[in-house]
Amino acid sequence: MYSDMVMDHFANPRNTGVIEDADGVGEVGNPVCGDMMTFYIKVQDDRLVDVKFQTFGCVAAIAVSSIVSEMAKGRKLEEAKLITNKAVAETLGGLPQNKMHCSNLGAEALALAIKNYQEKREKDPRDACAA
Amino acid sequence: MRRVYLDHAAATPVRREVLEAMLPYFSQRFGNPAAVYDLGAEIKEVLEEKRHQVARLIGARREEMIFTSSGAEANNLAIKGAALANLKKGRHLIVSAIEHHSVLNAARYLEKFHDFEVTFLPVDQYGLVDGQRLLKSLTPATVLVSIQHGSNEIGTIQDLAGLAAICRGQGVFFHTDAVATVGQVPVDVQSLQVDLLSLSGPALGAPKGVGALYFRNKLRLVPQIHGGIQEDGRRGGTENVPAIVGLGQAAALAGEELGAKARRLSRLRDLLVAGLTERVPEVLYTGHPEARLPGHASFCVEGIEGEALLFMLSRQGIYANTGSACASKALKTSPVLTALGIAPDVAQGSVVFTFSQDNQEEDVHYVLEQLPPAVERLRSFSPVWRKKTAAAAGA
Repeated sequence: MYSDMVMDHFANPRNTGVIEDADGVGEVGNPVCGDMMTFYIKVQDDRLVDVKFQTFGCVAAIAVSSIVSEMAKGRKLEEAKLITNKAVAETLGGLPQNKMHCSNLGAEALALAIKNYQEKREKDPRDACAA
Repeated sequence: MRRVYLDHAAATPVRREVLEAMLPYFSQRFGNPAAVYDLGAEIKEVLEEKRHQVARLIGARREEMIFTSSGAEANNLAIKGAALANLKKGRHLIVSAIEHHSVLNAARYLEKFHDFEVTFLPVDQYGLVDGQRLLKSLTPATVLVSIQHGSNEIGTIQDLAGLAAICRGQGVFFHTDAVATVGQVPVDVQSLQVDLLSLSGPALGAPKGVGALYFRNKLRLVPQIHGGIQEDGRRGGTENVPAIVGLGQAAALAGEELGAKARRLSRLRDLLVAGLTERVPEVLYTGHPEARLPGHASFCVEGIEGEALLFMLSRQGIYANTGSACASKALKTSPVLTALGIAPDVAQGSVVFTFSQDNQEEDVHYVLEQLPPAVERLRSFSPVWRKKTAAAAGA
């Protein structure tokens, strides 16, 4: 049912956790629908220097979060925003059809975290720079 | 690696004695029971002997049993067959909200294609149907009530005799899906006062692909598989003789073992329930705590999702089940858990263990050793768990 890559990221998820002083936070889904992901990012010079996540959900949701965090870490913000759900699923060696929506959630949560960071910076540039 | 299989409600091995009884009926005794010559007649005789064995397990008579391809087919035949045979009486059905899909969807079919009205009876927090509520739902047009005997999802066993008596008093047919209970606890159609009862072979250690429907005393049924004169014209298609032989054999064995088996499985279950609720915080034991299937333990573990837990467990060789939305093809939370009033996020953490005679006490110890760290690990990166524990700490 799941690829080896999915099972590996599920069993050993990378970058799990919370960044208490995150520069941006993105949350998607809700436990009522089945999955919920929260992404935390640290940004320096428009680059994602740290990415962490917490996920409530199935095998696919956890593996997706893990691979998105790996794909995003170290990237420029503008590059990270371009991570698509398709790329996520492909990097994982495919996802079962009824689990494809999980790959949307991962890319969406990351994009929301970046958006959150950029909005904060627009409001108060010093706040973002201080981090 | 150790393998602990605790998903016997989903599938269980065919018993050795059952398989041995079946083997001659594939290539040696292959005759068609409808054939008039001796090779057919002797198979017909075997078929009737097996029918008798299955009937005896539930206190029925041989001529009151129809062999089917599954419990689901038996449910379909009971509901659609009895409803369509009694159109003159009316077009109202009552089923409980926690029925198997084969009951719920058969009822919905009648609603959609035959203008039936269907009442889905709510249940209490343990999954029990209330007799007063049932009585109030009956109308002069009610043809059939279908309430399952035991639930494979939450383990609850209904007080069927009381519910069936209400229906009998009003002249309404009563069907029960007893797939989960036959072979697990004593089931007797006379004391339960049911008119129709479905059972399934695999639950008894017979192969997949065989089941049976009990129908009281010439109760009329419209066939759902139209064909020849098999099963007295109530179900077309040449009988699955090897599987029926297996079902008969399994029923005979089940009857002998019932009491001892129930005692043993209850003990294993109680051990698991006590150990798990002690070792893992925020776990809800679902279903009725006492009126339940002997080898059935079901929980909702807060803060995590069931499919992820199943995969964590299967990596350690433990096999269980879940009613989580993520694990279902349709991505919907089990309607049974929803009907109990369990919050959707809590229902997501559903995990179900079902035992068989093959399981040992060591299996329970192994689960109690492996499950708590698996839950802890999933909770360690769960935003839902983080919010819950933060709220508790703040309170």
